[in-house]
Amino acid sequence: MNPADWIEEGVFWVFGTILVVSAFRVITVRHPVHAALFLVLCFFNTAVLWILAGAEFLGIILILIYVGAVLVLLLFVVMMLDVEVEKLREGFVRYAPLGAVVALILILELVYLFWAHTLGFHGLAAPIHVLARHDNTRALGTELYRRDLYPFELAGMILLVGLIAAILLTLRHRAGIQSQKPSEQVRVRARDRVRLVSPKPPRRGAST
Amino acid sequence: MASLALWIILAPLMAALVTGLAGSHLGRRLTHMLTIAGVAVSCVLSFWVLLRVLGGARLDAPVYTWMVSGGIPFQIGFLVDPLSALLALVVTFVSLAVHIYSIGYMADDPGDIRFFSYISLFTFAMLLLVLANNFLQLFIGWEGVGLVSYLLIGFWFEKPTATAAALKAFLVNRIGDLGFILGIAMVLHYTGSLAYAAVFARVPDLVGTTVNLGFGWHVQVLTLMGLLLFVGAMGKSAQIPLHVWLPDSMEGPTPISALIHAATMVTAGVYLVARLSPLYIHAPVALSVILVIGSLTAFFMGILGVVATDIKRVIAYSTLSQLGYMMAGLGASAFAAGIFHLVTHAFFKALLFLAAGSVILAMHHEQDMRKMGGLRKYLPVTYATFLVGALALVAFPGFSGYFSKDALIDAVGQSPIAGAAFAYVLLLLSVFVTALYTFRMLFMVFHGTERMDAHTREHLHESPWVVTLPLVMLAVPALAVGWILFHPLLGGSFFASSLATPLGVNPLARFAHLTAWHFFLSAWDAPTFYLMLAGLGVAVYGYLWRPEWPARVAAGAGPLYRMLLQGYGFDALYLRLGAAGSVLLGRGLWKWGDERVIDGMAVNGTASRIGWLGSLVRKLQTGFLYQYAFTMVSALVVLVFWALVRY
Amino acid sequence: MIPLNDYLILGAILFALAVMGLFINRKNLVVLLMCVELILLAVNINFVAFSRYLMNREGQIFVFFVLTVAAAESAIGLALLVVVFRHRQSINVQDLDQLKG
Repeated sequence: MNPADWIEEGVFWVFGTILVVSAFRVITVRHPVHAALFLVLCFFNTAVLWILAGAEFLGIILILIYVGAVLVLLLFVVMMLDVEVEKLREGFVRYAPLGAVVALILILELVYLFWAHTLGFHGLAAPIHVLARHDNTRALGTELYRRDLYPFELAGMILLVGLIAAILLTLRHRAGIQSQKPSEQVRVRARDRVRLVSPKPPRRGAST
Repeated sequence: MASLALWIILAPLMAALVTGLAGSHLGRRLTHMLTIAGVAVSCVLSFWVLLRVLGGARLDAPVYTWMVSGGIPFQIGFLVDPLSALLALVVTFVSLAVHIYSIGYMADDPGDIRFFSYISLFTFAMLLLVLANNFLQLFIGWEGVGLVSYLLIGFWFEKPTATAAALKAFLVNRIGDLGFILGIAMVLHYTGSLAYAAVFARVPDLVGTTVNLGFGWHVQVLTLMGLLLFVGAMGKSAQIPLHVWLPDSMEGPTPISALIHAATMVTAGVYLVARLSPLYIHAPVALSVILVIGSLTAFFMGILGVVATDIKRVIAYSTLSQLGYMMAGLGASAFAAGIFHLVTHAFFKALLFLAAGSVILAMHHEQDMRKMGGLRKYLPVTYATFLVGALALVAFPGFSGYFSKDALIDAVGQSPIAGAAFAYVLLLLSVFVTALYTFRMLFMVFHGTERMDAHTREHLHESPWVVTLPLVMLAVPALAVGWILFHPLLGGSFFASSLATPLGVNPLARFAHLTAWHFFLSAWDAPTFYLMLAGLGVAVYGYLWRPEWPARVAAGAGPLYRMLLQGYGFDALYLRLGAAGSVLLGRGLWKWGDERVIDGMAVNGTASRIGWLGSLVRKLQTGFLYQYAFTMVSALVVLVFWALVRY
Repeated sequence: MIPLNDYLILGAILFALAVMGLFINRKNLVVLLMCVELILLAVNINFVAFSRYLMNREGQIFVFFVLTVAAAESAIGLALLVVVFRHRQSINVQDLDQLKG
């Protein structure tokens, strides 16, 4: 076994282990803030594994966008909400065994499925990595902007819709807050604000 | 020629549409003039067409293809040949007379614009029927006249009896039409065409073909076809047992009884059988049935005329009886004789009805003959024309009825068709019966003591000229048409291209070299003359000399008399069997079929099952997210397991 | 050289853990959202692995779109979470049973 493979396997096992452990912590820690932080750790580890697998662009955007934006948003929300942690953990112990059993069955089934010869994954020869690594970002970009242009635009629209929806959902009109209304400022006309009057001088002797 | 035929049909239709849609704006006078003009145009054109047909012109052509379905064209087309040309002239002439008559008869009726529109529409439908060159158009006209008949029987719709009679006529005709349309379907199935010419060309090939009616019962195709079509003719021409609607149809205005229920529509069945004579000569069994049913109708319906007291009902029963004569003539395969009687009957029976209408008018719409009598001196014109009609009806030698009816009876006597002897006897007896009820009616109405009340007597006077003119118009052909048509129709070759001659013995062979004059002279040799005189004698004895005698006979006959009054109980039978059975069936379908099965099981059942299912499934929807997640994950586990088993 | 199965099994473990998280954190809406993120991550790992071993970039394109949709989903999900909390002063799933049949 040459050193490069050895290092690769080592990296996979180390970061994979951390990934599994941190995922386990995500679902078991007491406080949601901690869970969110462990989730961030999960994503970092996954990014490493992806880069290892030759998908360096995806690894980078996973950290930049997902961790940098989405998970921070999550963390932010969790911190903002004043959550009663204890109440939320009711039934945790009661349902843990059931969840464990289901998860175990699922793992066993899936692993068996992967190892089964008929599915055809087993012993799939690993390709020469040079090919996959070489200029992956440029190739991905080319495909996205050429062949998958419409789905790509559609993804943009989905993000836009998500953005508008999120703003609309959380928007709150509070009474008693001073704010500028630019549209009204633009629309205003002189007669709305100024009343022209021609003052007449009082007649002499009219008032005493 | 085609456009000529088209105009014959369209003129009354246009008059009917204009007056029907805009009559209230036109006013009475304009309505009368329009409809009469329409029919007059038709009548003149028909006469012209008949002249051209006599000159040898023929027409059998489609003018418009309605649609083509399954390769079979459904067309409007015209067949102008001696038969249809003659009948078109009869129809338009009688219709014209009735139109003019109705001006006087309906003068004080608020609905007379509607009435004129209807009778013009009827004329259109009848001409459509007569001039058709295919079964489809025949059927359209057939249903058209049925519809107008329904509308006109129920013309006085405020009278419950009139609406009931209209419904009865319509329903009974439905039974006949069911057979008729089945017959048409059979024609279409076996010949692949609806045009007369194409059908008749195929008929000889069908001889010997049988159809399996199930249970190994094989019937000749042509026999079954002929019988089914005859069922339609039975409904329209009111043959036993589908005759029950015609007496009741007298609820309609009298001009209608004359036009529709005596002269034209009810003879459509006779026309149908005659028109299909090339088919019927190959179906002797069907001819036998027609012969027997016709003669039964002729005899038994005539007897009912003897006991009826309503003047219109007497004439209605007489019409039934005469229709039976025509059918019997056709059944004896003396098609020309049947049509001849149809033509003469159209004139003298329309005359009788219109004269009766004149009497009714003078009597202020009193129709009971027991309250009449001695009207001769008050209504001289009506009396004279009525007498002509009556003498024609009883086949007094020299009058038109004599030529047609005696020739017809003679032909039945000559016929080799099975049942002809039986029919011959019945028809001879009917001659006696006919004379009896006709003279009974004549004596009760116009002779003897005056039985009306004083008020009516003071107002008795002859009807206006619009009423008497049509009477004279019809009296002339009732006298003359027998002399004119006898030789050409029966002896000559007038119908050679329209009516088939029977395959075996031709019952009309005897008339080939007989002129009307010779036939007139031979009246003394035939038994019919003496039977007629016997009927006259009984009537004179019973209704002129000894007026109390008929009541004694009636009392002596007892149950027989009551049975006759009830028309042999046909109505009661139909009410028991048909109506009550239908009600029972309907109730069963309603209670069990509709409420139980459709409502209970299908409609409400579906709803309640779904509701029940929903009440079960509703429990699954707890609204708790984690339960949904649990369900999804469980399903996933099962799904993966299934994948494991698969691969 | 890491076999494909290793990646797949890693994804499966992650997926199973996330499912288990759905069960045991059945009342905490925030953690439920995190578990959904984990599930998506597990799926994405599989996509990337297949992409590499089948020498095909489709998998990576797919991951790209999944990430996009997931971002939108978590944005809306968090917004809903905020709205729910604002209305009920709670993110307890047990309180959200208004759709009960």
